[in-house]
Amino acid sequence: MKHDVVDVMDKVASKRVFDLSKTTLRELNQALHEVREGSNEVAWEVQNPKGSHAVAAGIDAPISVDVRGNVGYYCAGMNSQGTVTVHGSAGPGVAENMMSGSVIIKGDASQYAGATGRGGLLVIEGDASSRCGISMKGIDIVVGGNVGHMSAFMAQSGHLVVLGNAGDALGDSIYEAKLFVRGTVKSLGADCVAKEMRPEHIAKLQELLDRAGIKDVKPEEFTRYGSARKLYNFNIDNAAAY
Amino acid sequence: MTYQNPPTTPRKSATFDDYAMSEIRRAAATGIYDIRGSGAKRKVPHFDDLLFLGASISRYALEGYRERCDTNVVLGTRFAKKPIELKIPITIAGMSFGSLSGPAKEALGRGATLSGTTTTTGDGGMTEEERGHSEKLVYQILPSRYGMNPRDLRRADAIEVVVGQGAKPGGGGMLLGQKISDRVAEMRTLPKGIDQRSACRHPDWTGPDDLEIKILEIREITDWEKPIYVKIGGTRPYYDTALAVKAGADVVVLDGMQGGTAATQEVFIEHVGLPILACIRPAVKALQDLGMHRKVQLIVSGGIRNGADVAKALALGADAVAIGTAALIALGDNDPHWESEYQKLGTTAGAYDDWHEGKDPAGITTQDPELMKRVDPVAAGRRLANYLKVMTLEAQTVARACGKNHLHNLEPEDLCALTVEASAMAGVPLAGTNWIPGKTGF
Repeated sequence: MKHDVVDVMDKVASKRVFDLSKTTLRELNQALHEVREGSNEVAWEVQNPKGSHAVAAGIDAPISVDVRGNVGYYCAGMNSQGTVTVHGSAGPGVAENMMSGSVIIKGDASQYAGATGRGGLLVIEGDASSRCGISMKGIDIVVGGNVGHMSAFMAQSGHLVVLGNAGDALGDSIYEAKLFVRGTVKSLGADCVAKEMRPEHIAKLQELLDRAGIKDVKPEEFTRYGSARKLYNFNIDNAAAY
Repeated sequence: MTYQNPPTTPRKSATFDDYAMSEIRRAAATGIYDIRGSGAKRKVPHFDDLLFLGASISRYALEGYRERCDTNVVLGTRFAKKPIELKIPITIAGMSFGSLSGPAKEALGRGATLSGTTTTTGDGGMTEEERGHSEKLVYQILPSRYGMNPRDLRRADAIEVVVGQGAKPGGGGMLLGQKISDRVAEMRTLPKGIDQRSACRHPDWTGPDDLEIKILEIREITDWEKPIYVKIGGTRPYYDTALAVKAGADVVVLDGMQGGTAATQEVFIEHVGLPILACIRPAVKALQDLGMHRKVQLIVSGGIRNGADVAKALALGADAVAIGTAALIALGDNDPHWESEYQKLGTTAGAYDDWHEGKDPAGITTQDPELMKRVDPVAAGRRLANYLKVMTLEAQTVARACGKNHLHNLEPEDLCALTVEASAMAGVPLAGTNWIPGKTGF
């Protein structure tokens, strides 16, 4: 155990800092991609992102990256294993197609946050814009504020937790993803309905809130939404719903 | 003798022909539009409407079997650290695992590899059979993002961002419940047996400015190694090609309305999009106007059947072609060998296009474990390689006859058109004249 502690201390001491006002995005991402399993370079910091796109995209190692400022499109895109924390707001497509790991946005997120994500946890402490969790395929998304219209559009799998309100057409054409909204829902999309909160959903939601570090909020305050499964097979009499 | 009025020969309407009337009856009976696979079946201006002029006193030919006529093409020279070199300018177009059986995908990989060219994944992700048997594999990024993951992105040899396809520009994919087997369902993260309708737009970008950033992200994730293609359906080829170049594409893939699909509405296939003949010159013009012809490569597809089609597409300015339907036919699709079974399905060999129903007697467009056994991936791959070889030899034959020592040296001046329509679309003179509709100088 003692050995482990020393190791961790060494790793923290060797935190690598990239200042994007002095180095290029390419150098940053190349360096992040070169981290191999067991590397000591587990802690990274990115300064002056100034809205750059694709910051820390394509990480494939259990490292942590702190981004000090706002980022543009596709921050932490396709993240695997990494923990990326943006101390600012994120542009469109943050953590798109994430496989595993965590992405935490301290501010707000623009459109398509967590689009097509397959795994891992995306936490947006502020608001998320439209199409949050579009086509999600297993990712868990927790939004501290509100989400915009068409969130969880065609969502296939995973969980979307919204502590605030949801905009129009929540969960339109949803498949098997589960949505939990604490506030109001402006309207539900095609084939999306409110569902009973059974004990397993309460337990799952509590776990998601715990993982997202959210306290003082009870799972019982949320409503669950999911698929009515009426559009799974084409029926001409449902044509108006498509 | 009694006089009888001469009988009037029964006359069917050219407008309400047998097919149109059968469709009205079918729609009235079922209440659903017709869904089918394959591409446009209507007759449209095509490469058959062009002819090569060949050598003459002013142009001298190359010896058919002695003088070289090269066929290689390099794709992705603009930005990619690792461009792809193909031995032949004929690639295999994207077709999904799901719409096609595992053995059929494997056969495509084997045939392409034997021929020194690429094959392409589709709207269902990358399978091990396909990766394992394809020396060079192009990985598609589609709106659905089924099976999409960074590992496959990195083990691909090139990446193709699919904006549209010729059979249904503006439409998404469709895979009906019969073909959503356990394996397909798992790869697509969907419940088994549902009707799966893929999105028509990408989930995380809209428009050319976003596409530029999306391409930047893909390049960053893959460390700028892979050529990035952008595939478009034939609609507004000049502008779409220009915008793809502006967005940072290494290669533009342009698919005409004769290009096949696994399944979509008949009305979409037959009534949306342009024939490939009408697309090539505008796309080449866009590349030339931007100073990017031969720097950003152009792959065209949609109804390529033989070496003459290949040579004509290249003469109009394409760098390579892609084949889909023709490759499936080489594997055994619609083979008369299965005629009795086609008849049981209410069709005939050569006309079978209910690919979405998963009952393909040839074992290609199915997920039925028994039917798919009918495709021997090794033998079918060999047939595809043979076919690709023949097409290449045919294209070389034509090129040598035109005095060209590389297929890429073919040019529009080697061509004339048989019809006014083809002349206008291909921008080559009507045969026997120097007239190109819409251009001065006659």
